[in-house]
Amino acid sequence: MSTVSDTEVDDVVDTNAPAEDVEIEEPEAQDSDVERAAKHTPSAIPLRVEGLRKEFGGIVAVDEASFEITEGTLTGLIGPNGAGKSTTFNCITGVHEPTAGQVQFNGEDITGLSPDRIANRGLVRTFQIARELEEMTVMENMMLAPKGQRGESLWRSVLPFVRRSVSEQEEEILERCWEMLEFFEIDHLADEYAGNLSGGQRKLLELARALLTEPTVLLLDEPFAGVNPSLEERLLGHIHDLRDDGYTFLIVEHDMDLIMQNCERVIVMHQGRVLTEGPPAEIKRNEDVIEAYLGGEVE
Amino acid sequence: MSGAEQSADDRGTLAAVWEQDAVKLTALVSGLFAAYVVGGLLLSYGLRQQLNELAQLSFFIAVFAMLALALNLHWGYTGLFNIGVIGFMGIGIYTTAILSKGATLTEPAAGTTGGFGLPLWIGIIGGVVAAGLFGGLVALPALRLRADYFAIVTVGLSEVVRFTLLEQSLQQGQVLGYWVGLGGGSGLLLDFDPVDRLLGAFGLLESYTRFSERTGEAIGIGSNPKPVFDGILYGLVLLVFLVGFYVLLTRVGSSPYGRVLKAIREDEDATKALGKDTDRFKIKAFVIGCALMGLGGILLYASQGAITPNAFRPRITFFVWIALIIGGAGSNTGSVMGGAIFAAVLYQGPIFFSNVIEGSFEIDAVNTFAQAVGPLAAADPVPLLAYTVDNIGQLRFVIMGLVLIYLMHNRPEGILGHRKETASTIPLGRRRAKTGGSPPATDGGEENRGVDGE
Ligand SMILES: Nc1ncnc2c1ncn2[C@@H]1O[C@H](COP(=O)(O)OP(=O)(O)OP(=O)(O)O)[C@@H](O)[C@H]1O
Ligand SMILES: [Mg+2]
Repeated sequence: MSTVSDTEVDDVVDTNAPAEDVEIEEPEAQDSDVERAAKHTPSAIPLRVEGLRKEFGGIVAVDEASFEITEGTLTGLIGPNGAGKSTTFNCITGVHEPTAGQVQFNGEDITGLSPDRIANRGLVRTFQIARELEEMTVMENMMLAPKGQRGESLWRSVLPFVRRSVSEQEEEILERCWEMLEFFEIDHLADEYAGNLSGGQRKLLELARALLTEPTVLLLDEPFAGVNPSLEERLLGHIHDLRDDGYTFLIVEHDMDLIMQNCERVIVMHQGRVLTEGPPAEIKRNEDVIEAYLGGEVE
Repeated sequence: MSGAEQSADDRGTLAAVWEQDAVKLTALVSGLFAAYVVGGLLLSYGLRQQLNELAQLSFFIAVFAMLALALNLHWGYTGLFNIGVIGFMGIGIYTTAILSKGATLTEPAAGTTGGFGLPLWIGIIGGVVAAGLFGGLVALPALRLRADYFAIVTVGLSEVVRFTLLEQSLQQGQVLGYWVGLGGGSGLLLDFDPVDRLLGAFGLLESYTRFSERTGEAIGIGSNPKPVFDGILYGLVLLVFLVGFYVLLTRVGSSPYGRVLKAIREDEDATKALGKDTDRFKIKAFVIGCALMGLGGILLYASQGAITPNAFRPRITFFVWIALIIGGAGSNTGSVMGGAIFAAVLYQGPIFFSNVIEGSFEIDAVNTFAQAVGPLAAADPVPLLAYTVDNIGQLRFVIMGLVLIYLMHNRPEGILGHRKETASTIPLGRRRAKTGGSPPATDGGEENRGVDGE
């Protein structure tokens, strides 16, 4: 999955308008020293959350949560309803500003950055309730995602000659989108409105779309909810393949068996706090976890 | 058998031609013109009146289509609920007026005021820029508001604009030695004639005047034929502007930029989560739309000779909305169709139709509603009809309301129906073989019928 690379964007800049570079806002992709160092250590920690706290009025949705995600792993985030899992996601990805605490991505503090900036750095999330762009076709949904699109600048889209360079880039993007749709076996739906997809197909589309942004870490909020078992199997297969390619996943999921069988590590949240974390086998034996899931109050 | 094949083939080509949006638009507009010509013939209009009627028709078609297109960028593409259209139009034309009215260096008589005496084209550019800037000013704080609050802000601001125009203290004053002002309640006289200025700019004014006199005589439209030709010329110029709007906005829509706008309309949070700085896209789209509304306002009022604040009531905003809803929000082609149909059928239509009726039947004047309804008891509908025709000016608002209600219930997606105007500079198909393409084709077939019926 090659990027719409920096070089291409630079080409345009060279030939057309040197000053225009600011406009494309090629996402902060230039590796900082920290990042590069992080990438080359064997067990890098791309995502680190420290003392995260989120209050909604009187409710403390997330309470001093701290955890780390290791590169190239599949980590599960579990906990009863209302435990604060989605809120944690929202705080990490900039949807909510945390009341306190810090989020570090590739060694840099990203707390309080806007969602688009965080996504552009390579930390991308999907939503618990699939957020399809319903009145757009599946292919338009896909084409939206790739970063660094020249045609996202208004004047490039409108002016006659420059527009041709937009089309050229779009051809490349289109090809990648087709490949991705085929990978997820939903290419036959390309021309369909996203709003007409089934629940499971939406989940597939959302994951495929997120991947087109070329993330390094993916936060998936209940990606298997409402997905039938065979499709779930396929989705999991894709996720394992991607993990093997070096992607890092944090997955919220209620199906304990699924989490235990597929994740290297599991984080358990309860009432906004991180109850415990560790490898699945350990978690299974943990009294607190059992109690939390069986409904006992842990105070 | 070969004959059958042949005709099927022909139908295929015809359908393909019909698929072209430009063809649909031309067909619709020509149809509307034809209807007016027939109406004129029924009325046994003289040539002069016939020409005036057509010039006016193209004027209103172009204006409402342009405004609907601009609103479509806001609402249809970006989901920005702007119900302050008229405010931006007002800023456009007032700025143009102030910049381009004749310069007055001594204190003018009460109730009149001058301008900066700049060439009209500078005034127009200034008006467009002012409307756009004002849009940006509104957008910066307001775009983060929820759609409904945003709507309230826009309509509120359009009223603020109107009250500012009415303001006594801004009526007249001295700026850089020039006597300028907003003119207060009595408004501003527009001492420039856009047609003359346009021709003058090309040095064609004299030959044009000669041409219009000679041609006017040749085709027998009586004395002083110039206003007739002016009207026609201005109508044509506006149609050219309309084509410009259409081309510009279609390009905006069918691009990665337009794709992000559509995505914002559908779900702004999801769009942000994909790394798009949605605020920047929204502000740009809003400013461009406002600037185009300003231009629409300039083109609508520049030829009217005068402007008064009370013309800038929210009414016109709602006209533009009706036009957009008729055509179908989200579609540029639909917006033009909606504008054309609104102008020809709902705006000009009732008056024209009542003229046709009045001209065709001898009916006595009926002055009160009681007089109109009373004879119904005796199964005599004529007085009611006459009363209706007499009061058509007011009644057309009722008609517009009814049409709007009907559309919202039965065809909320507009006359063209659910349309895919692909947000990309390239077709999104691939190697043809895989995509069946039949579902969109059947869609299209159904929708076309809707247009045929108009
Ligand atoms: N925007 C909000 N405003 C107010 N309270 C909120 C908001 N979002 C979440 N909460 C509250 O925060 C708590 C945690 O919610 P959250 O959605 O994070 O739970 P969750 O672990 O994702 O649950 P589930 O498994 O049901 O998805 C809940 O009590 C919820 O009511
Ligand atoms: Mg949740």
